[in-house]
Amino acid sequence: MFYQDCAHDIDTPVHPVSAPDYMPIGQLRALQLHRLQGVVRRIYDNVPLTRKRMDERGVKPEHIQTLADIALLPFSVKSDLRDEYPHGLFASPMNEIVRFHCSSGTTGKPIVIGNTRNDIILWQQTCMRALAMCGVRSSDVMQVTYGYGLFTGGLGLHYGGEGIGCAVLPISGGNTERQLMMMRDMGVTVIACTPSYFLHLVDEGHKRGINFRTDTKLKHGIFGAEPWSEEMRTKIQDATGITAHDIYGLTEICGPGVANDCQYHNGLHIFEDHFYPEIIDPETLEPQPDGIAGELVFTTLTRTGTPMLRYRTRDISRLNTKACECGRTIRTFERVSARSDDMLIIRGVNVFPSQIESGLLQVDKVLPHYMINITREGDLDKLEIQVEVTRETFGDDIRSLEILRSEIAHSVQRIINISASIRLVEPNTLPRSEGKIQRVRDMR
Amino acid sequence: MKINQISLFLENKPGHLNAICRTLASNNINIVTLSLADTQQFGIVRLIVEEWKRAQEVLEKAGHVVNVREVVAATVSDKPGGMAELLDTISKAGVNIEYMYAFTFRHGAEAVLIFRFDDPDRAINALRAAGRNVLDFITLFSN
Repeated sequence: MFYQDCAHDIDTPVHPVSAPDYMPIGQLRALQLHRLQGVVRRIYDNVPLTRKRMDERGVKPEHIQTLADIALLPFSVKSDLRDEYPHGLFASPMNEIVRFHCSSGTTGKPIVIGNTRNDIILWQQTCMRALAMCGVRSSDVMQVTYGYGLFTGGLGLHYGGEGIGCAVLPISGGNTERQLMMMRDMGVTVIACTPSYFLHLVDEGHKRGINFRTDTKLKHGIFGAEPWSEEMRTKIQDATGITAHDIYGLTEICGPGVANDCQYHNGLHIFEDHFYPEIIDPETLEPQPDGIAGELVFTTLTRTGTPMLRYRTRDISRLNTKACECGRTIRTFERVSARSDDMLIIRGVNVFPSQIESGLLQVDKVLPHYMINITREGDLDKLEIQVEVTRETFGDDIRSLEILRSEIAHSVQRIINISASIRLVEPNTLPRSEGKIQRVRDMR
Repeated sequence: MKINQISLFLENKPGHLNAICRTLASNNINIVTLSLADTQQFGIVRLIVEEWKRAQEVLEKAGHVVNVREVVAATVSDKPGGMAELLDTISKAGVNIEYMYAFTFRHGAEAVLIFRFDDPDRAINALRAAGRNVLDFITLFSN
């Protein structure tokens, strides 16, 4: 196999695969520039759409002399991939493509990404670096509960885990009963899935009398594929005793393993020797200095199948200016708490679902099973949040439930500044998801 | 001397109470008495059944949130003023009633009331001292 030279029998504090995470800054920037020049040339020569856009701006590959020159280049967006469906943005001939992946878009045509053999190898390495950063080692047993197939989650973490030398359990999503059984029987120490599905497993486990602290060997959760909050991390860690890590990625850029948080949770370290980050103002499209919030943009520096120039992720974040205690030189970005696509405008106020989640979870014992419903009555937007009642929050009398309702309402209003009506619903009545969960129903 | 009552959270929607009753029926559990407290959006159904432990298990298995609370069953004379007399005793003892409801059958010539007190032990002592009949689980179901 292609990872045989990796030291997968080494259980050291810093895993050998993490070496590029600590590259001296000067060397890293020089490498990035060299790689940027290469990828711009490849795209200009092979992707007609981008060549046309560069020509319109009078930009040639040789104009890229410094990293700041990246601002000369055109952006790419998701609709480019739809417009050029299926192969229009491929920069390698089909005989070099070894695997396709597609986005989990909910409407219309999917977007298709082609991976060359080299892309697959590099993607595995960034996934290995992500897992190594979480403290995963060859002695671990990893249950990959992300879906396998066109979705990048399952295969990405799978090859990352095998690369590290873990015993990988490629169980994919679904069948909660079997997930819980295998988790215990196989002595699983690491689980990779969406945070919402993990909570579902915890709930179902509790119903069957499974205590995650004593009945499983689980130590780490590698959670991604949907935005989640710091409050959710606390809930998960308190309920199960595991360390919850945030893994970030998107199909357009390769899949999981674009960035990941280390044990200090100061944001997510970007594997920026492969994925060059920028923050732009989503209105003016001007690049923003580190520390300023804006839309996260990535340029793939090393991909050859479907490389992306300045791909607009729609994720809102900022690049942190403070160095992380872990000593890594690769930069971090703030946990993505909002996607500009997810923003709701309710009674003229901008609201992100993640803010509502933060408010809910600040109320003691409330579990993150909720649904946000927005309707319009006359000219007025109405925000209703359905929250499942749990054994811990159900107090046998009406008064305690009314108190719970008003506590949740206040906590949410404090954050989003508009009032929400809280509807308590029976447990297990809101949808659960094995992939990305849909928690907003906008019926306006 | 206290009776175990099970209570469930219930959305105010058609069929939801029926689902609970069906679960109990299919497990051959008889509801001896039942009370509903409700608001516009949700309610709480409180049940007295003989096999409360099994009822709790089957209902939880069916996905319901179940709470078990200790309540007190006391008898009152089934005549005008019977209830008032009993409540006198309770209020003199300084115990607060969180909620109460009546039993569907009589115990001999008397009616049976179910109380949830903030301090059930104190209430039981006060009722006993006043010569009231406080029923235990066995007596309650030996009717």
